[in-house]
Amino acid sequence: MAQLLSFIKKEFFHIFRDPRTMLILFGIPVAQLLIFGTVIKNEIKDVRIAIYDQSKDETTQQITNKLLSSGYFVLVDDLQNTSGIEETFRKGEVKEIIVFESNFGEKLIKEGTANVQLIADASDPNMARLAVSYTRGIINDYVQKMNPNQELPMQIQPEVRMYFNEEMKSAYMFVPGTMALILMLISAMMTSISITREKELGTMEILLVSPLKPAQIIIGKVLPYLLLSIVNAFVIVLIGLFVFGVPITGSFILLMLETILFILMALCLGILISTMAKSQMTAMFISMIVLMLPTILLSGFIFPIENMPEILQWLSHIMPARWFISIIRGIMLKGVGMAFIWKETLILIGMTLFFVAVSVRKFKIRLE
Amino acid sequence: MIIINEITKSYNETQALKSISLKVEKNELFGLIGPDGAGKTTLMRILTTLLLADSGEAKMDGLDVVKNFKKIRHIVGYMPGRFSLYQDLSVEENLHFFATVFGTTVDENYDLIRDIYHQIEPFKTRRAGQLSGGMKQKLALSCALIHKPKILVLDEPTTGVDAVSRKEFWEMLKKLQQKGITILVSTPYMDEADLCDRVALIQKGEILDVDSPQRITEKYPHRIIRARSDEIYRLIQDLRAYEKAESVFAFGEFVHFTGTDDDVEPSELDDYLHKKNHKNVLVEEINPGIEDVFMGLMRSEQSQSQ
Repeated sequence: MAQLLSFIKKEFFHIFRDPRTMLILFGIPVAQLLIFGTVIKNEIKDVRIAIYDQSKDETTQQITNKLLSSGYFVLVDDLQNTSGIEETFRKGEVKEIIVFESNFGEKLIKEGTANVQLIADASDPNMARLAVSYTRGIINDYVQKMNPNQELPMQIQPEVRMYFNEEMKSAYMFVPGTMALILMLISAMMTSISITREKELGTMEILLVSPLKPAQIIIGKVLPYLLLSIVNAFVIVLIGLFVFGVPITGSFILLMLETILFILMALCLGILISTMAKSQMTAMFISMIVLMLPTILLSGFIFPIENMPEILQWLSHIMPARWFISIIRGIMLKGVGMAFIWKETLILIGMTLFFVAVSVRKFKIRLE
Repeated sequence: MIIINEITKSYNETQALKSISLKVEKNELFGLIGPDGAGKTTLMRILTTLLLADSGEAKMDGLDVVKNFKKIRHIVGYMPGRFSLYQDLSVEENLHFFATVFGTTVDENYDLIRDIYHQIEPFKTRRAGQLSGGMKQKLALSCALIHKPKILVLDEPTTGVDAVSRKEFWEMLKKLQQKGITILVSTPYMDEADLCDRVALIQKGEILDVDSPQRITEKYPHRIIRARSDEIYRLIQDLRAYEKAESVFAFGEFVHFTGTDDDVEPSELDDYLHKKNHKNVLVEEINPGIEDVFMGLMRSEQSQSQ
C-alpha cells in the first residue's frame, strides 16, 4: 500500500511539474468546449441577402421588413434586374436572393396567389437549406396573419414541437459530444503517454527490476488521471450549464457515475495503447488518429448515425463514445434514469473489462 | 554468487550472446570488459530478469533468473546504462520513491549510502535533471543501493562521466565491496579493468578470457613495443608497412606495435623510423595492458574464424 501511495504521489509530481501536461489536462478541454460551442451552430444569424423587388408595393415592403427585423437576415443589395444575380453569388456577397414578381400585392388579393422566388447559394448546402426554410416560414407566417379568417380548402397545418430541446439549440448537441471527446482523448492519451515516457526515459527498466507488481504500476498510473478527469468532467458540465445553458434534467449523481465509468474505460484503453506503443510519439499518434477521428465522426456526435452507410453504422457500435453520448444525452436532456440506459451502461462496462483484461495480459513484466 | 551457464540470446538475426558461461564469486568486484555491442547490456538484463535468454540458465544467489524472478528483484540493485531516474523529481524525492518502492525507508539503510549520498545532499532539493553527470551517477547509485541489495549490477556506470568522478566512483565501489556486496560492473574503458578483482573480456557475444587483470596481462605471449614521433598518422602508416608488423594501433599519444614474431627489437624499429624521416622518435618495450591483450585476442579470434 505504501508502495502504491508513493507511486501515486510521484505521478502527481510529474503532472503538476510539467506545464505541457497541465495545459493538455486543463487548458485544452475548456478551449475545445468554447470553440465547439461557438463554431458548431445549426441556427442562422445575419445571413446576407439581396432582394429584387419588381412590384415595390405595400405587401412586398411589409414582407421585406418582417424578414429583416427577424434578426436572421441582413439586406446587402437591392437588385434592379435579374442579370446581376449570378454575378452577385459568384462574388460571395450574398447567400440568398429573394425575387418578388411584379404586381405582387395586387395579384395576391385578386387571385389569391402570388409568386416569390428564393434563390440560394447552395455551395454550402446546409446554410442554403436553413436560409430557405427560414424565409419560407416568415413569408407563410405573413400570409397567414394577413388573412386570419380566410380558410383555404383542405389545408393541413402541422403543429411542430421540438421535444427535449424546444429552441433547437446546438449547444444541446455539442456539450455531450465534446464531453465524450475530451474525456476520451485526455484519459487515453495522458495515460498512454505517461507510461511510454517511462519506457523512453529508461525508468521503466528500474520499475520492472523493483518488486512493484504490474497491478500496482497500472493502478498508480490510472488513479491520478481518473481523479483529474473527474474534475474535468465537472468543469465541462458546469460550463455547459452556465455558459451554454444546457440543463441537467436527470440525476446529477447518475451522470457523474456514468462519466466515471466512461473515464475508466478510456484510461484502460490508454494503458492498452501504451503496451503497444514504444515511444511517446507513437502513443500520441495512436491516441489522436485512432481515437479522436472516429470519436468525432462515428459516435453520432456531429453526424447522425442513422444517416451513415450500413458498414459505418455497424462500425459505430464499437465506438465507446457512441454509447456514452447516448447515455449523457438521455440523462442531461431527457432526464431518464437507469431503466432507459442500462443497455448502454452494460456495453461500457463490458468494454472496460475487456480493455483491463487485455492490458493486464499484455503488460510486460520484462523488457521487449 | 552469480552463475551463468551457457546463456544464448538472439535479436532477430544477430546473436547477442553465444553460449556464455561465467561464475562470479561472493563479495567479488567483477568487471565485464568489452566494446559497445559486445553483449554486456544483454547479459546484465538477463541477470536482472529484464530479458529472457533463448537457452541456458543463470542463478543469482542460488535463485533462478526465470523461475524466481520475483525474489531476485528484491535482492538485486540495478543501475541501467543511461541515467534512469525521474528528472522532474528532486534528489530527495527520487531516493524516497525508490526506497518505498522496495519496501524500505531511507533512514533504515542510510548507513550504506551515507558516503555517497553525503556528497549530493547539499543539492537534495534540486531536480535530478539539473544535476551534473557525476552527481547523477551518485544519485543513481544511491537509489540502486537503498534497499541494501546483495548483488549490485552496474551497466557502464562511468560512461559520460568526467575523469575525477570516475575515479571517485570506483573508490565508492571498493568501499561497497568491503561491506559485503557482490558487484558486477561493465565498462568499455580498458583502464578501469585493473580496478576489478577479476574481469571477463567479452566481444561479439563471446567471452575471450576470464581472469584477474594482472594474470590476463601476464600470460599475454607477445612483446609490445610502443613508439612515438611528431607525425602520429604517418607513423601508423609506416609501421603498418613494416614487413614484420602483425598489428599496429594508436593508443593515446603512442602507437602500440606487435611483431609477427618476438624477435623484433625496439632498436630495429628505431632505425627503420629514422630512415623514414620521423622526428622526435621514441621507441621502447612495455608490459602489455588489458587493451593490448584485448586486441590480441580479437585478432586470434578473427584469424580462427577465417
